[in-house]
Amino acid sequence: MAAASAFSATKFTQPLPLNTTTSRSHDKHQSFFDPLKTTSSSSSFLGSTRKLRLNSASKFNHLANSNRRSAVVAVSDVVKEKKVKSTTNLLITKEEGLKVYEDMILGRSFEDMCAQMYYRGKMFGFVHLYNGQEAVSSGFIKLLKQEDSVVSTYRDHVHALSKGVPARAVMSELFGKTTGCCRGQGGSMHMFSKEHNLLGGFAFIGEGIPVATGAAFSSKYRREVLKQADCDHVTLAFFGDGTCNNGQFFECLNMAALWKLPIVFVVENNLWAIGMSHLRATSDPEIWKKGPAFGMPGVHVDGMDVLKVREVAKEAIGRARRGEGPTLVECETYRFRGHSLADPDELRDPAEKAHYAARDPITALKKYMIENSLASEAELKAIEKKIDEVLEDAVEFAEESPLPSRSQLLENVFADPRGFGIGPDGQYRCEDPKFTEGTAHV
Amino acid sequence: MATIFQGLGGGAATATALTNSFDSKKLLLPSSRRSLSERKASFLVVRSDGSVNLNLGSSNARARRVNQLITNAVATKADSSAASAASKPGHELLLYEALREGIEEEMDRDPHVCVMGEDVGHYGGSYKVTRGLADKYGDLRVLDTPIAENSFTGMGIGAAMTGLRPIVEGMNMGFLLLAFNQISNNCGMLHYTSGGQFTIPIVIRGPGGVGRQLGAEHSQRLESYFQSIPGIQMVACSTPYNAKGLMKAAIRSENPVILFEHVLLYNLKERIPDEEYICNLEEAEMVRPGEHVTILTYSRMRYHVMQAAKTLVNKGYDPEVIDIRSLKPFDLHTIGNSVKKTHRVLIVEECMRTGGIGASLTAAITENFHDYLDAPIVCLSSQDVPTPYAGTLEEWTVVQPAQIVTAVEHLCQ
Repeated sequence: MAAASAFSATKFTQPLPLNTTTSRSHDKHQSFFDPLKTTSSSSSFLGSTRKLRLNSASKFNHLANSNRRSAVVAVSDVVKEKKVKSTTNLLITKEEGLKVYEDMILGRSFEDMCAQMYYRGKMFGFVHLYNGQEAVSSGFIKLLKQEDSVVSTYRDHVHALSKGVPARAVMSELFGKTTGCCRGQGGSMHMFSKEHNLLGGFAFIGEGIPVATGAAFSSKYRREVLKQADCDHVTLAFFGDGTCNNGQFFECLNMAALWKLPIVFVVENNLWAIGMSHLRATSDPEIWKKGPAFGMPGVHVDGMDVLKVREVAKEAIGRARRGEGPTLVECETYRFRGHSLADPDELRDPAEKAHYAARDPITALKKYMIENSLASEAELKAIEKKIDEVLEDAVEFAEESPLPSRSQLLENVFADPRGFGIGPDGQYRCEDPKFTEGTAHV
Repeated sequence: MATIFQGLGGGAATATALTNSFDSKKLLLPSSRRSLSERKASFLVVRSDGSVNLNLGSSNARARRVNQLITNAVATKADSSAASAASKPGHELLLYEALREGIEEEMDRDPHVCVMGEDVGHYGGSYKVTRGLADKYGDLRVLDTPIAENSFTGMGIGAAMTGLRPIVEGMNMGFLLLAFNQISNNCGMLHYTSGGQFTIPIVIRGPGGVGRQLGAEHSQRLESYFQSIPGIQMVACSTPYNAKGLMKAAIRSENPVILFEHVLLYNLKERIPDEEYICNLEEAEMVRPGEHVTILTYSRMRYHVMQAAKTLVNKGYDPEVIDIRSLKPFDLHTIGNSVKKTHRVLIVEECMRTGGIGASLTAAITENFHDYLDAPIVCLSSQDVPTPYAGTLEEWTVVQPAQIVTAVEHLCQ
């Protein structure tokens, strides 16, 4: 199948050869990364500029910058077009804005509560918090239908919440209670929900991407083989910058583009893989460029700006839904906390952290909504209060929920428990009454 | 890698000429036989002791015929006289055709069943197991994947989680080492980790085992590596009859199943029933009842054992041969009954000595049936060496019939 013919006419698609320079849009809504331009419009946080690394070797910066001179500019055209068409000049309606705001507040508050609970000894193991990256989760997942699928990594609490898994279920799961979304068997890194089509929660990086590719394959299969013509389910695969050096990433980019699977690969580039800086690990740190190498559009977007993420997400998800194939979206974002609650986070430059803290996506959206009269201070405060109550309720629920009993030990190992085999007495082991007690010898 | 191997047994009877001239009508399922719906009515499950479940009339005749079929599979010359004694003639085919028949019947029955792997589509499978299926079902249902085992196995798992029933082929089982991440972490574990929310009804299959001078990497036996993974089942087929039966059972199972085939067994010929049947995934197969010693084996070594059995019978021994078929979990009922009868156990396997299936089986038998043993369990496995290329060396890495005869004589002293 010729990769070239996979491109459709939508503006999103054409990757330009490296030595082309196109005229840049000076539009304040420009959403591709350009460190050479600074827009300092005060009423909009939409200008995204920052140096890739504040005190890195200048060599890296220079190399990165020179590559960045020729960018995929299509997104800005899309955004500009949309902007021209819209009469209100705003990127979001009040209703949508409040929904997204609430989702980001939920994500942030939940993660803060997790930290509290962890230090109080209510949850254990490895817990990876999402603070600072909310714009990506809310920007993308709030555009999905329930039947669409999301695949995440170990940093999955907020993806689960955005997808619709109740805060109670996630908190219980973190407490290891039987009322958790995975009955306490998964934990922080393995959030699953069949009802909400959250396909995990994976501990090893990259291993969720093929699963996401499979979900997208299912969607295509249903449409083309099972003839369910209205099946246009899209899958989103979230993963980080470290994963983009992993073989599974590249193998799946190839397969998704080859078969035009309805999937969006969302890279949450927060510049750090535990203590490994993205620049130290990657030969060409511009991840979006890897999309066109496989025949799909690669887009870079400011991941601290939920409205920009939303615009890009709309286009990418729309592409997938229309059957035009996958997209690679690199969201430049930052995690305010360490890699996990066990990470002392000593390597990152405080100036870098301060720089991103100043671009907190929640503060930014709040400012945008108020300045554009989409919502009042009071309305937003009400949302924050509501979320506080949701969380209190979630913690209470989790505290009061029972721990898993022994009988849960052997359940769910096999979908068909005959898989435990036939015992010496000729009975299937699962027929042994001790099996349901969890004490059977298997 | 499309080399065609001679069937076991030393003879060249199952030569390539046969495979080229197979009747294409046999490929189209319903036309040459009764329709599926009719066949469903006479569905049967054959248990290891030859008894038959469900609703067939001539169960005894069938039971006898099952036993006859199994012994016939050892010989290279197709002996149809025994089969013609049964009420229904059945049809003759080679093992890879039996696998294909199983896949095709299940694909007809359930549109969610699909195949993915390298060269399974247009090429028809490097061992012809999927030949013709892409023409019939299309390129999406029989998917030719790029060479990315880890990712396409993961893709199969994701597809299984979202409602499909994929059959993932490893062109050679050894290639599935690249998919170990997905098989171990996702295939086996996700049902449990998700609290039972997602099932993974995937079948992972492919040829493994020591072939004819294929070199170390193409001669691997992965059953020992996979056996510790919780949440999966492993079965090994050895005859056209059980190949088709196990394939169908594996596809229908809600559990992830790894089906081990053997490179040298694809051209085995046997007469199998026309009507639909499946083999139980968790059961072992009684190949030859006996009194003196229990010989447990699977896959290709079954034929070395049967060859040794001929010699042993001539020498006055009466070995009981059981093809364990289910490598994980073990059918401790069939095995246990045999141990209780003979009190002596010999395990013959192609796995490596260290940590192989034989090692696990030895532990399981000792744990459960220690009191019934009159002698320590003897386990004959392949040498712990990378399979050499040279023919002589390769022969010495796997267990040969002469060694089996010696071991039984020793055991029965």
